[in-house]
Amino acid sequence: MLKRIRITLSVILFSLISLYFLDFREFLPDRIGFLAEIQLIPALLAVNVVILMSLAVLTLLFGRVYCSSICPMGVYQDIVAWFSKKLNRKKKYRYSKAKNLLRWSVLAGTIVAFIFGFTFLLGLLDPYAAYGRIVTHLLRPAYLAGNNLLEIIFTWFNNYTFYKVSIYILSIFSLVTGLITLSIIGYLAWRNGRTWCNTICPVGTILGFLSKFSLFRIRFVDEKCNLCGLCAMKCKASCVDSKNKQIDYSRCVTCFNCIESCHRDAMKYTLVRPAKKKETDAVPAYTYVKEEKQVDESKRRFLSASLVTGLAAGSLVAQMIPDSLFPGETGGALFPAGTTDDLLPKREFKRQIPIAPPGTPSFDHLREKCISCHLCVSKCPSHVIKPAFLEYGVGGIMQPKLYFDHGFCNYDCTLCGEVCPTGAILPLTKEQKNHTQMGQVQLIIENCIVYHDETSCGACSEHCPTQAVRMVPYKGHLTIPNIEPEICLGCGGCEYVCPAIPYKAIYVEGSRSQHLIEIEHEEVEEIVIDDFGF
Amino acid sequence: MDRRNFLRAVALTGAALTTVKETDAMSILTQSFETANAAKKYDLVAVMGGEPEAMFRKAIAEMGGISNFISKGDKVCVKPNIGWDQPVEMAANTNPKLVEEIIKQCFEAGAAEVTVFDHTCDDWRKSYANSGIEEAAKKAGAKVVPAHQESYYKTVSLPKGRSLKTTKIHQAIVDSDKWINVPVLKNHGGAQLTISMKNYMGIVWDRGFFHANDLQQCIADVCTYPKKPVLNIVDAYRLMKTSGPRGKSLSDVVLSKGLFISQDIVAADTAAANFFNQAREMPVDKVTHISKGEELGIGTMKLDNLNIRRLRI
Repeated sequence: MLKRIRITLSVILFSLISLYFLDFREFLPDRIGFLAEIQLIPALLAVNVVILMSLAVLTLLFGRVYCSSICPMGVYQDIVAWFSKKLNRKKKYRYSKAKNLLRWSVLAGTIVAFIFGFTFLLGLLDPYAAYGRIVTHLLRPAYLAGNNLLEIIFTWFNNYTFYKVSIYILSIFSLVTGLITLSIIGYLAWRNGRTWCNTICPVGTILGFLSKFSLFRIRFVDEKCNLCGLCAMKCKASCVDSKNKQIDYSRCVTCFNCIESCHRDAMKYTLVRPAKKKETDAVPAYTYVKEEKQVDESKRRFLSASLVTGLAAGSLVAQMIPDSLFPGETGGALFPAGTTDDLLPKREFKRQIPIAPPGTPSFDHLREKCISCHLCVSKCPSHVIKPAFLEYGVGGIMQPKLYFDHGFCNYDCTLCGEVCPTGAILPLTKEQKNHTQMGQVQLIIENCIVYHDETSCGACSEHCPTQAVRMVPYKGHLTIPNIEPEICLGCGGCEYVCPAIPYKAIYVEGSRSQHLIEIEHEEVEEIVIDDFGF
Repeated sequence: MDRRNFLRAVALTGAALTTVKETDAMSILTQSFETANAAKKYDLVAVMGGEPEAMFRKAIAEMGGISNFISKGDKVCVKPNIGWDQPVEMAANTNPKLVEEIIKQCFEAGAAEVTVFDHTCDDWRKSYANSGIEEAAKKAGAKVVPAHQESYYKTVSLPKGRSLKTTKIHQAIVDSDKWINVPVLKNHGGAQLTISMKNYMGIVWDRGFFHANDLQQCIADVCTYPKKPVLNIVDAYRLMKTSGPRGKSLSDVVLSKGLFISQDIVAADTAAANFFNQAREMPVDKVTHISKGEELGIGTMKLDNLNIRRLRI
């Protein structure tokens, strides 16, 4: 019964969060985004105290329910293990000792790297982020291909329910990372169930520490157990020591497979009184629990210290946000374009500074908060967000940046900030978005069609929502673009659409921090037309 | 009964009659009624002062009713301007009420199918939805089809074109029996104005080529595509006088309450440009694609030689 509840819950949550990543037509309600926000590392980075407390309480009450149902990577491993079992019916799990040194070293290494601004490692190991990348870079193309197949069928029958979408590789690095993550974790799950959760996963280590003290735990009923060992064979976490009738609660993910497997009803998921537990635990004389006891204190201190540091750093950053997002100052143009009367040779442009998604106060903020789950990359309706490579530095590999090969940032769209579960991209109101400067426009006049060919164009200005690119009178009836970088939002409409070849004449240079800018609007003048004019 | 009331009564009767379907006796009645009202067929009808759908009803009646242009069983494509993710008040897109009324009348004239699309500049999903056109068109029974992928377009050759010899046009137009061009009157940074001719840029796939190879000439060239729209209906209910074609704020928009219909695309654009010129100085010769269109023989800018009907509501 308990197992059935666990499986049902897991399947629902896993499907919903996967579909939330994949759903490019926004069929699912926005509320599903909650499933990303309740993941431990995102909640930690977002300093979401309510969720952190709830997760702690949940684990202290029922054990690692998080790992068995909430974490999509956990469910992925269960699915792999299930298939493995289907293929090899004789497959058995075996009790193994905890790899505590490895677990805690990985956690410590991740925390140290994070403190030194190398969030990449945390992002790489966080199960939610890793799963997000797998969905974004591996599952999503398949999902889109399925959509395109349905589109062909439906459109054939004159039904336009589906529409075609483009499928392309966003980032080789992230694709390969996703593939490697999928393979390694999949392989481990195929072989030994939840090995990854109990050796590498930093979230598993943290929650494993808490779950040792949980109120509800699986226990042996001594008088019923005949030491058949079936429970240990079914334990995908390899944490049931059936010979000694002991369970390593730091590794138990409360899957209830052992309870379900027992023919003699000799295992129970019951309330354990903490005080009583300590006494009973101290009695049996087997070695590994004693070892655990010895290191517990130092571990506890270390963990609480690092958590406090993390929280303090997080709240410090949170306090810094308004300062960097709201000052009135604006930077000048980096490369002011000059015009001369001679026809200048065309010139290639190269963006020096990347453009962060709208609502990212600064590059430092992004580096600290983003674990590269790529939910923004998946969700962006304009297809302008993709994982960076080294543009933000080594610590910022795979973090989101804007690019304008397939579109430009929609003027009124605030989706990336709304979905971001870590607060790396802060949610903006439409009004704020319309005034947030992500970068500034740069014009290379010698590449411009109006300048070079002396024919009309104006594609850049056409797309500019603030008229930071404006067409001004030029030779004869021609108009030529004129830029005002101070009122540019950096949406990239001009860069995307500029038809000049081989080099575009207009592009956006990123800003290290984003600002709210002022844009003047003309007064509405009353114009009455009461004649046809011809 | 004064003149205004009489006209209103006439319009209402006309509308009432057009809603009654499949009655031969009735259609004879309407026809004779219309011919009595408009002794001669007009080359261009201009209406001012009403709501978009009312002005259209009036104008199309003057043109002899939509059944002069749409036949029973036709596959019709209505092509509004849905270029931008902007609300109705910004006049960046064709007025949805006008689009809805046109579709309704097409069905009343016996159209088998009406499709609506535009190759948008902003995100097509948002533009279709926020312009209000998707909803209005669906309400009237049209199919709103996507146009954001190259595979929806078919290659056509334009032997009369000068800069543009071949282009890809959306299959909804290529496969249609008739199509109706429904632009909105706007300022345009590059082309100066965007009206009926410029609205063709929403039926092609590669707009970049236009911009890179003499925009004004390419606009005129694409209008030589042999399958011409049976009607050009210019929505000037609101016009965008500045910051076009996207628009920045409401200060760019004028509530001008105009509508122009013609089969002659050059004439329709000349008339609309003259109308625009009253909101902001824009001599029609500055909008060079119009005169280039005349050079290519697709229409005339000499409004004086045309039989024009001007109406006010």
